[in-house]
Amino acid sequence: MAIIVDQNTRVMVQGITGKQGSFHTRQMLAYGTKVVAGVAPGKGGSKFEDIPVYDTVRAVLQEHQVDASVIFIPAAFAKDAVLEALEAGIGTVVVITEHIPVQDEMEFIAYAQRKKAVLIGPNTFGIVSSGKCKIGIPPNQFFMPGPVGMVSRSGTLTYEIAGNLIAAGFGQSTAVGMGGDRIVGLTFIDVLKLFEADPETKAVVLIGEIGGNAEEEASVYIKEMTKPVVAYIAGKSAPPEKRMGHAGAIIRRGKGTYEGKVKALAEAGALVAEMPSEVPEMIRKLLA
Amino acid sequence: MRIFEYMGKELFSRFGLRVPKGRVVTTAYEAAWVATEIGSVAIKAQVLSGKRGKGGGIKFADTSAEAKKAARELLGMKIEGHTVEKLLIEEKLHIDREFYLSVTIDGGAKKPVIIASSQGGMDIEEVPENKIVKVHLDVELGIHPFIARNIVRRLGLDVGSRQGKELLNIILAAYKIFQEKDAILVEINPLVFCGEKIIAADAKVIIDSEALFRQKDIPYIEEQTEAEKLAQDLGISYVELEGDIAVMANGAGITMSTLDIIQRYGGAPADFMDVGGGTDMEATAKALEILLAKDPKVIFINIFGGITRCDDVAGAFAKVKKEHGIPVPVVIRLVGTNQEEGRRILREQGIEAYTNMDEAAAKAVELAALVPAGSL
Repeated sequence: MAIIVDQNTRVMVQGITGKQGSFHTRQMLAYGTKVVAGVAPGKGGSKFEDIPVYDTVRAVLQEHQVDASVIFIPAAFAKDAVLEALEAGIGTVVVITEHIPVQDEMEFIAYAQRKKAVLIGPNTFGIVSSGKCKIGIPPNQFFMPGPVGMVSRSGTLTYEIAGNLIAAGFGQSTAVGMGGDRIVGLTFIDVLKLFEADPETKAVVLIGEIGGNAEEEASVYIKEMTKPVVAYIAGKSAPPEKRMGHAGAIIRRGKGTYEGKVKALAEAGALVAEMPSEVPEMIRKLLA
Repeated sequence: MRIFEYMGKELFSRFGLRVPKGRVVTTAYEAAWVATEIGSVAIKAQVLSGKRGKGGGIKFADTSAEAKKAARELLGMKIEGHTVEKLLIEEKLHIDREFYLSVTIDGGAKKPVIIASSQGGMDIEEVPENKIVKVHLDVELGIHPFIARNIVRRLGLDVGSRQGKELLNIILAAYKIFQEKDAILVEINPLVFCGEKIIAADAKVIIDSEALFRQKDIPYIEEQTEAEKLAQDLGISYVELEGDIAVMANGAGITMSTLDIIQRYGGAPADFMDVGGGTDMEATAKALEILLAKDPKVIFINIFGGITRCDDVAGAFAKVKKEHGIPVPVVIRLVGTNQEEGRRILREQGIEAYTNMDEAAAKAVELAALVPAGSL
């Protein structure tokens, strides 16, 4: 078991012929992901690495069954691509693109909710169910099957901690990137609920950062969980009102602080690591 | 991107909101002249700081001589690091009541939210929760008069009164600005009730930086330093901080985490620099030069290479060292894609790369402490 995606997930790539899309499609194929079709308007009828390419999502669905789509479309055109996938009824849409205007994000996230679709991102590394399916951009070498579910607002920090976990002998069931933007589709709570129900997942690592209140909201659910949660929050030293890379990583008017998040998580019963390197030891104790 | 109050008010006017009569000036002489024309005035420093009022950036004058004196005091003044270069001279309003109104994004609800209060004029954070009206909007539905009517009613105004109707139109316009101008915040505080009229006495507007490509009529406000601009042109996120250990890492989360660890070991980071994934050797070398230009005590490079290739980072280091020389100690943590080749290149430069981030950070802090203050 794993959550959201597994070895049977059939994946479509929107923007398959672009620089990012083509590079990461090859990487996903190398990981074993079942990429069944690609979309690139104007390039319908061609092939990319033996994968048929179509002009529209609707055209793909005439020939293939698709469970998930991944978006590698530049920010200015991303909204159109996401809405196209959702309108066609794709159940899971992973939006890798960064720098999408937030008004566009609010629009397609609202539409995804109405269509009851799972929208991961935007500005996410994607999702990996170790050894089964990778949708997105994480380097292939950092994830191995195991009992730890990971959910995170940051890509490289997830790889860092996944790498440390593997070195300590703990693989991952599924790792989900929520995305670094101000608003995102799937949130910590959504993913925590799925991990709580997943038999393969024995413990969860939550990687948050300053800004917003997703960690505080997650804490409410963590209180109810039977599975243990280890959390790490980045940005303790960040000055207020400065955007630290991610659009969502900013302390505004005293809200979204490191202290507030750590307090909420600790009170909910999560173990909070002060440094990423402390995570594996905490997991070891919890799973012993 | 924050814009100045006077620009926000220009935007408000275009969308039909009432703003105080006023002019933007850059000299005390002009200030006096505008005061002669208007009478009693408020003189407001135009800075991108939320603490302008508390910082002494607003003065009042009843005569042109007073206005000139006040303008002289304000021009060139520093408020939270921002130098005052422009003043907005406005008619002094007769204030009956002060309300608060804003439209922003609630990240948790994933929706726009209208926040209003009959207690304006102070920070909204200081207003008691039961005096605040919050209404989330459905983006697919958008704004409609009935939504605004409900807000007016909940603020205790008669929806049939002239003021009630005027406030309704202000709410509609504020949301329209928020949506059409790709704002992430439209805030009017205070919204002044002045006789029969309701006037936007202040304007705080933040435009989504990611949407500037389609908001060409909004003037671009430079909030970045020269170095930050240079980095941005390279596609690199860079924020200057106060410390002396220059930091380069890949990925926003790990860069933040690197700063945290440096601070935990007692060091002070000089910057946040996220070179991202897939930055090539050329760009990485230029990024290193940006760090060097700030004369740090130590440079700490923390790379967990996925898409970023360790040999590219090491190559960039070797290139900069050869072409410009690197006069300060450099601590490098390098793991991931092509790490063996990266380490070999660094070894040729006399550097043994770390694999553990904590150990490397501790070393960087230790080296920085060895450099006496003021020796650079």
